[in-house]
Amino acid sequence: MTDIPALRLQDIVKTFPGVRALDGVSFQVMPGEVHALLGENGAGKSTLMKVLGGIHQPDEGKIFIAEQPAIMKSPLDAKSKGVVFIHQELSLADELSAAENIYLGELPRKSFGRVDWKTLYEKSDAILARLKCSFDSRKLVGDLSIANKQMVEIARALTVDAKAVIFDEPTASLTDAEKVVLFDVINDLRSDGVGVVYISHRMDEIFTISDKISVLRDGSYRGSLVTADTDEDEVTKLMIGRSLDSENPIVPAKKGPIALEVQGLSCGDLFQNVSFKVHEGEVVGFYGLVGAGRTEIAETLFGLRAPSAGKILLEGKEVKIASPIEAIGHGISLVPEDRKGQGLVLGMNCKDNMTLPQISDLTAGPFVSDGAEVAIFDQYRDRLQIKTPGWRQKVGNLSGGNQQKIVIGKWLSMAPKVLIVDEPTRGIDVGSKAEIHNLIRDLASQGYAVIVISSEMPEVLRVSDRVVAMFHGEIIREFTSDEVNEDNLVQAISGIRTTKVA
Amino acid sequence: MKPYLKQSAIWGFVVLELIFFSVAGEFLSLSDKAFMDLDNMLLLFKQSAPIGIIALGMTVVMINGNIDLSVGAIFALCAIIMLDSMKWPIFAGLGDWVILVGWLLALLSGMVLGLINGLIVWKTGVDAFIVTLGSMLGYRGLVFMYNGENPTSNLNWTMVDIAEADILGIETPTIVFVICTILVWLLMTRTVHGRNAYAIGDNREAAVNAGIRVGPHMVWNFVLIGFLAALSAVVFYSASGSVNPNDGTLYELWVITAVVLGGTKLTGGSGSVIATFGGVIAIQLLRKGLGHIGADTAMVNLVIGLILIAVLFLDRQLNRKGKEELRT
Ligand SMILES: Nc1ncnc2c1ncn2[C@@H]1O[C@H](COP(=O)(O)OP(=O)(O)OP(=O)(O)O)[C@@H](O)[C@H]1O
Ligand SMILES: [Mg+2]
Repeated sequence: MTDIPALRLQDIVKTFPGVRALDGVSFQVMPGEVHALLGENGAGKSTLMKVLGGIHQPDEGKIFIAEQPAIMKSPLDAKSKGVVFIHQELSLADELSAAENIYLGELPRKSFGRVDWKTLYEKSDAILARLKCSFDSRKLVGDLSIANKQMVEIARALTVDAKAVIFDEPTASLTDAEKVVLFDVINDLRSDGVGVVYISHRMDEIFTISDKISVLRDGSYRGSLVTADTDEDEVTKLMIGRSLDSENPIVPAKKGPIALEVQGLSCGDLFQNVSFKVHEGEVVGFYGLVGAGRTEIAETLFGLRAPSAGKILLEGKEVKIASPIEAIGHGISLVPEDRKGQGLVLGMNCKDNMTLPQISDLTAGPFVSDGAEVAIFDQYRDRLQIKTPGWRQKVGNLSGGNQQKIVIGKWLSMAPKVLIVDEPTRGIDVGSKAEIHNLIRDLASQGYAVIVISSEMPEVLRVSDRVVAMFHGEIIREFTSDEVNEDNLVQAISGIRTTKVA
Repeated sequence: MKPYLKQSAIWGFVVLELIFFSVAGEFLSLSDKAFMDLDNMLLLFKQSAPIGIIALGMTVVMINGNIDLSVGAIFALCAIIMLDSMKWPIFAGLGDWVILVGWLLALLSGMVLGLINGLIVWKTGVDAFIVTLGSMLGYRGLVFMYNGENPTSNLNWTMVDIAEADILGIETPTIVFVICTILVWLLMTRTVHGRNAYAIGDNREAAVNAGIRVGPHMVWNFVLIGFLAALSAVVFYSASGSVNPNDGTLYELWVITAVVLGGTKLTGGSGSVIATFGGVIAIQLLRKGLGHIGADTAMVNLVIGLILIAVLFLDRQLNRKGKEELRT
């Protein structure tokens, strides 16, 4: 029995205007197998899964479910054939409850088409309990944090008896604790004989959870590896065609005068009495669990939140920042955490998105100068290796990682004095990740002051001159790059205050 | 908690109006009757029924993420069909049963007109605003083709009796309005169709991804609003017995005003049928109240316009407080 694949895709071709997203890809998943799908940003992973999930129709190729030919006419159709799809971008209705979102499209019914609320809430609460989520399923999704929204998405995998479950970058906004829960769920699915497709850019996860790894590159299939018999280097080679450039070791840049100083800053119960300094030419990493108040500090510095106490000083002078416009005027830029909600106008093209904050400076007479905009776009497209058929492409049509690169390019091109980046490499492939890290270091050596907020420890350790550890809205400890290591960082972000070791 | 707060905003406004007009009426009104007089209030409900019944449907369509501008034209066209069909020779032998035939034909026509709107929106993917702007003109054209500039009349006393019947002083239009409100409210809060309509309006892509069949849901909601526009015509013209080809013009705007006043979002995904009921009452109170203290129609329109903006601004402030506040 077990040699029949749970699902099989054969010679799938899918083109979009100007893009051959899939060029004859074949791929199969056995029951009880966790199959990781890897590839650079824009390699076609999500597209392949959308073909399987009935969202896109393939131009050519066949789909088999348990070796039965299947045509996925719509997401509904795919679901009824046992394929559950957890999307890369959150696919939720904010005004509905968590329970209604979990069972979206298949609300339990009573007579006369009435919703069976009791069953709905009971089942949803049970699923959330299994996912160790502490919120009530009656809560509106719009009021949940990003991580909890992601858990609601994941909960959908458990509503039906699936034959195959696809997870497209499910951990992008999860904390380590939630990841553990997710991996438990995936292990359960595996032992129930479900075929699991797992897409992620995080090698550690891939090696923890998967049985097999398949690699896509530029829309074509590059090969499969058994996880147990391979290593990161081999996978990377298959993915980007070369080994990862060893990242340049950090050369601490020349520390200039203090660019930004924060004294006793508080904002309600989000964070309290926060003080720190960032020098020109320095990268300060903020590390902590999701909800530790790091994003909120960034939003306060960018004028999105009003502080309840404390001072912000730029180059030694106290400033009041009441809006993003003022922040930009002071030379502060923020690359936000939630690219879809805060960073991008999805219906606008790549170039316009990238130049949005500085468009009033790019004019020739009364009109916006296309040439100047395109020049900026081209520069950052090369630098960040943004994969798009051209600047005319709508940002909504780019792959997730490439959308993130547009946001980063947008704020880099502003040449800010203080650059704050919140989770800069979320959803970015390993190759480009190194590139972005180098870019951040470059900026520092050019004299910019940079704040990097990240939940990925290797990233923080790699780019920062100093690391600030936060817990529950407070700064627990500051480390220099010499004294910081994984152990003391983990302790600090769990709220354990250690005295400085000499 | 939040949904109740949202709804109570409009009811707070209604109470405010009542107090204001009662007090102001004491000083300014020419008549010596109190504003909050029972007869006056019953009349108010009855008068708000035609707009109100349609507003219920508009709430559903707007929650679903669409809009229907053709309701005024559907209203007039169905009125004509109802009054005229009762005179058709084939129904001559039916006696008073012809009333029932006229009603059913009108309701059926409303549903068909709504169905046409819905199918076009679904199958062409053109925005509902554009589609129903077109059908508003088209359906109104049909109204004029029917009888030119002339009114269509048919006074049937049995029908008038039914239309003006009352239970404990509450007349037919009010009863129909209230029953429809309850039914549509149940539809939107309790049924799978209703909840899916919310999901589609809120995040259409998510709804599609979740396997909700977006098109059919939208079509049903257009059929529903078509039916309700026809029902509104049935209730109103059964009593008056005569329809002018220009009747119902601008109804779509009054209806949308009432719905929006009740807090339903133009962008879809959120709104409440009960709050729309409140919005309808609030507008009618305003009209009557301003009349009571001697304002003319031009004045009434100006005030309603200003209040609409003020109430929506307040609503925005109220609702933002609840959420974690981010400056924009
Ligand atoms: N709807 C669309 N219209 C046009 N082009 C598209 C569309 N969807 C995807 N593409 C293009 O197809 C290619 C593959 O995209 P896909 O989203 O599958 O990449 P991915 O491997 O999932 O990348 P990531 O790791 O960044 O999520 C990209 O070049 C993308 O721009
Ligand atoms: Mg993707």
